[in-house]
Amino acid sequence: MSQRVTTVVIGAGHAGLAASHFLSERSIDHIVLERGRIANSWRRERWDSLRLLTPNWLNRLPGHGYGGPDPDGYMTAGQVADFIGDFATDTAAPVRENTAVTSVRRTDGGYRVSTDEGDLDCATVVIASGACNAPVVPECAAGVPDGITQLTPFEYRNPGSLPDGGVLVVGASATGVQLAAEVRRSGRPVVLSVGEHVRLPRTYRGRDVLWWMDAAGVWAQRYDEIEDLARARRLPSPQLVGEPGTTIDLNALTGLGVEPVGRLAVVRDGVALFSGGLRNVCSLADLKMRRLLAGFDEWAGIGDGPAGFEPTRIPAAPRLRLDLRGGEIATIIWATGFRPDYRWLDVPVVDEKGRLRHDGGVVDSPGLYALGLPVLRRRRSTLLHGIEDDARFVAGHLAERLTPRVVA
Amino acid sequence: MTTTDNGVNVQALLDAREALKGAPEAAQFIWRATSTWKNGVHSTTTIQNFFGLGQEQSHKTKTEFTADHPEIFAAEDNGITPIEYLLVGLAGCLTAGVASVAQNRGIQLRSVTSTVEGNHDIRGILGADSDVRNGFNDVKVTFAIDADASREEIEALVAQSQKRSAVYDALTNPTSVTVEVA
Repeated sequence: MSQRVTTVVIGAGHAGLAASHFLSERSIDHIVLERGRIANSWRRERWDSLRLLTPNWLNRLPGHGYGGPDPDGYMTAGQVADFIGDFATDTAAPVRENTAVTSVRRTDGGYRVSTDEGDLDCATVVIASGACNAPVVPECAAGVPDGITQLTPFEYRNPGSLPDGGVLVVGASATGVQLAAEVRRSGRPVVLSVGEHVRLPRTYRGRDVLWWMDAAGVWAQRYDEIEDLARARRLPSPQLVGEPGTTIDLNALTGLGVEPVGRLAVVRDGVALFSGGLRNVCSLADLKMRRLLAGFDEWAGIGDGPAGFEPTRIPAAPRLRLDLRGGEIATIIWATGFRPDYRWLDVPVVDEKGRLRHDGGVVDSPGLYALGLPVLRRRRSTLLHGIEDDARFVAGHLAERLTPRVVA
Repeated sequence: MTTTDNGVNVQALLDAREALKGAPEAAQFIWRATSTWKNGVHSTTTIQNFFGLGQEQSHKTKTEFTADHPEIFAAEDNGITPIEYLLVGLAGCLTAGVASVAQNRGIQLRSVTSTVEGNHDIRGILGADSDVRNGFNDVKVTFAIDADASREEIEALVAQSQKRSAVYDALTNPTSVTVEVA
């Protein structure tokens, strides 16, 4: 026997709970399914030192702001989990924990959601299972010699848990630069493989760079106004760390003694080969950062031009090869991104790259919705506080669908 | 509104990008060259046909390239050194990229010149020092661009052209090369 409910929300993170909040507001009966505990990935899939990149004052869920003593600070992963957990309690969200979805398929009246605790039949489904369910590791990892410890950010906890010896960190988005810095501070030699990246200062003209993005309206840009939406949605996370006043760009890292090399191209006969294009990816990042800062100045009516940021310093001859058999490197950390996992979704709405096909959260199958994905409806959808508008819209669209239309 | 004309049909390229997104098999090209040894280190290579968009294609004319070594290498210098062809390819590719990106961004170019220098320690190819590689140690390209744009916009053109350059990628990233006897 299956249970009937109007709407099933998959995932009790910030997105699923925000959806639940707006569904409750509209008296739409629903259940939020959670494979683990509320805010599961914040509790289980984060390294020890991780903090949110957004300052506390910016972290809002519908009707639920930060009320603590440090509005300019940054939450730890545990604090984020508690923040989301408190929101779930305040909104009395109907969450069913420890219930993993094994399949979602279409039925005549909507969808059947199968779980390891039984089936549910529903008219509509909101997929809020997250954008970062699994680390992405490039194929060339298969060529890494046996003696080397390989870790993804899901497995890495802290530098103390690494074997002695050098560390190759592959990837220079937020994850890669943060891990490179803390591993280097533990005294280990660190080589950082750098592809295309987003350089940002933590503060600009005395304010958090995310304050500028918020105030200047960058986050408010709508998904259907973005020229290259596919690119915006796959943009790597910026080189930021949740530490007041701390910029963690490549200049900061080379200052700590981290050695930058180009993008990892291939591992051939136990030797890692890096692109010779490091200079260009750094030039691109410098140019884009200056353009963004100049945009802030223009918005603020400041005319003297963005000052104080020197170009990324690059070694005269970055290494092109690194022998992984030579003992120099004991550990490789793959900070090469994350992907969503839709293996349980038996509705043909996933593209060849494994991404959900949706138009601003309205998935390409009637009654199916998505929340909590990067740039879902606005640039701010990527961040915690972006969920409010998105969830309100999705709940509204979903309610519209449930209302029988009177045909004149 | 002023019209930018760098002679690049950007619309056709953008249309092709859209069309090929849904047809990855049509995007598979094979570029071909045929080479014949003449004498000494002198050879000629001809290029005319290639494969793409699902079928055999042909350039309007056949082009012949002569490769040799200079007289200081005790050769006849019938043509440029093979490694210099890499400079030809890189300059041609980056320059095409600058023109295309400028067209797409509405920047009118007046002149684009560049010099390409490959630093090469020939002890590698001579086998004089096993620690020296055979190929270039590094390559430096210097552009001089006159255009209706700021220095920053011009730098962005050059950076973007590298990002989308086939030859820049082929030189900066390792490529699997198979050489066999038919």
